[in-house]
Amino acid sequence: MIEALQNLDFAPFILSFKLAAITTMILFIISLPLAWYLSQTTSRTKPFIEAITAMPIVLPPSVLGFYILYTLSLNSPIGAFFDEYLGITLVFNFTGLVIASCFYSLPFMVQPIQSGFESLNKNMLEASYISGKSKLQTIFRVALPNIKPSLLTAIIVTFAHTVGEFGVVLMVGGSIPGETKVASVAIYEMVEIMDYKSAHIYSAIMIIMSFFVLLSVYIFNQKINKKFASFT
Amino acid sequence: MIEIDICKKLLGAKKEMHLDVNFNIKEKDIVALTGESGAGKTTLLRIFAGLEEAKGVIKVDNEIWLDKKFSLPPQKRRIGFVFQEYALFTNMSVEENLLYVNRDKEFCKKLLKMTNLYELKNRSVTKLSGGQKQRVSLCRAMMKRPKLLLMDEPLSALDPKMRTNLQLEILTFHKEFGTTTLLVSHDISEIYKLSNRVIKLHLGKIIADGPPKDILLQMGTNERFSLKGELLEIKNSIAVVVIGGELVEVVVNESEAKELKVGDMMRVKVDTRLIN
Repeated sequence: MIEALQNLDFAPFILSFKLAAITTMILFIISLPLAWYLSQTTSRTKPFIEAITAMPIVLPPSVLGFYILYTLSLNSPIGAFFDEYLGITLVFNFTGLVIASCFYSLPFMVQPIQSGFESLNKNMLEASYISGKSKLQTIFRVALPNIKPSLLTAIIVTFAHTVGEFGVVLMVGGSIPGETKVASVAIYEMVEIMDYKSAHIYSAIMIIMSFFVLLSVYIFNQKINKKFASFT
Repeated sequence: MIEIDICKKLLGAKKEMHLDVNFNIKEKDIVALTGESGAGKTTLLRIFAGLEEAKGVIKVDNEIWLDKKFSLPPQKRRIGFVFQEYALFTNMSVEENLLYVNRDKEFCKKLLKMTNLYELKNRSVTKLSGGQKQRVSLCRAMMKRPKLLLMDEPLSALDPKMRTNLQLEILTFHKEFGTTTLLVSHDISEIYKLSNRVIKLHLGKIIADGPPKDILLQMGTNERFSLKGELLEIKNSIAVVVIGGELVEVVVNESEAKELKVGDMMRVKVDTRLIN
């Protein structure tokens, strides 16, 4: 058992976490303005944007993966542009995985932040405007500090969801060791070649880590909620 | 001098109506805005603050806040706003709430001392009582040294004792700073104590405007005064009315009985001549 652990190739795990960390950072930056806009607007376009944002939740990952692959490949104008003018290939490498993951995990970042913003007392934001502060100052000094639990939830769920993705990654990245072979793909391949022992170890590590990540989120949120319970 | 002449379509609970008002406020006045809920009082306050759009003109000391082509954003209007539910910045302490508006530490200290909050300056606002929160809210509104202080039923969430204390503090502030104030209130004693002018709104229009005494004493001077109550039951010429939490039985004649139905608001006149 110990020997098996010592011989284990941790590269797929490291790749999974690298991918999840980069995706989470990019999505956090993209989602803040998007979630703020959606929480404040009364425009008729709001349901359309919300529907598009939520699509990755309901679409089969293969559908999403197929279109991302199609769009980023050299046969499409976008893929061709990046290849020709910037010298960047977007499929079957790590960059492609990051782009695909950003689409795939977008709703998991946007939705908690949006509902956090929506739960804020509107008068509190108005009080900030009346105090002479711009929207940007209000977001950073009043809105964000008051939705810490939502931010934490968004970050953790996005991270965990990206670690857990499989279909999109397989379609856009394939399984190049050290480049696109993440933990979930590695497990799939182990099962295919009937290396159940390694598959068990990999899967057990995933289960244990996922559990402790989620457990820490819920413990933190319980503490925060207790702190805020005195304010009604 | 503050001049307002605006019009705005409101979507009321029952039907559409127009908020259509035109009046001036003299410097240092405390004007109470009263009327049934849905009459447009809060909307009017929010239009003054620039939080809602409207057509028309708002002029404050010859500075234009709103006209046909232009609307000064709330950030640039010199107003203080006290919300009914405090709306304090819950991630900050008492002092930080005030300094957020303006980093004038001396003025902040003065306001907190005036309201006996200075000892609590480092406490999180989530750990204050309702009355303390509203005092912080009042201080925060003053930090901008506003030309116009807007208060939307500031005391309605507080118990009667706290209310009296805060009324005194509002008056103290007014004495010290002389800020022109517009106050939404339903409480007759509060209006009487605080304001020197009352404007009554009904379905978006001004239906009464004058000194509190004239507006509030609608019945005029009379040897009789009347009590307002709700009719609960009427049987055999005896009406059961609830007035200020007490049940009262009133004898009514047959024709009066025909016109009344349960749930009506009615006035019961009482003879107040001294008996001995």
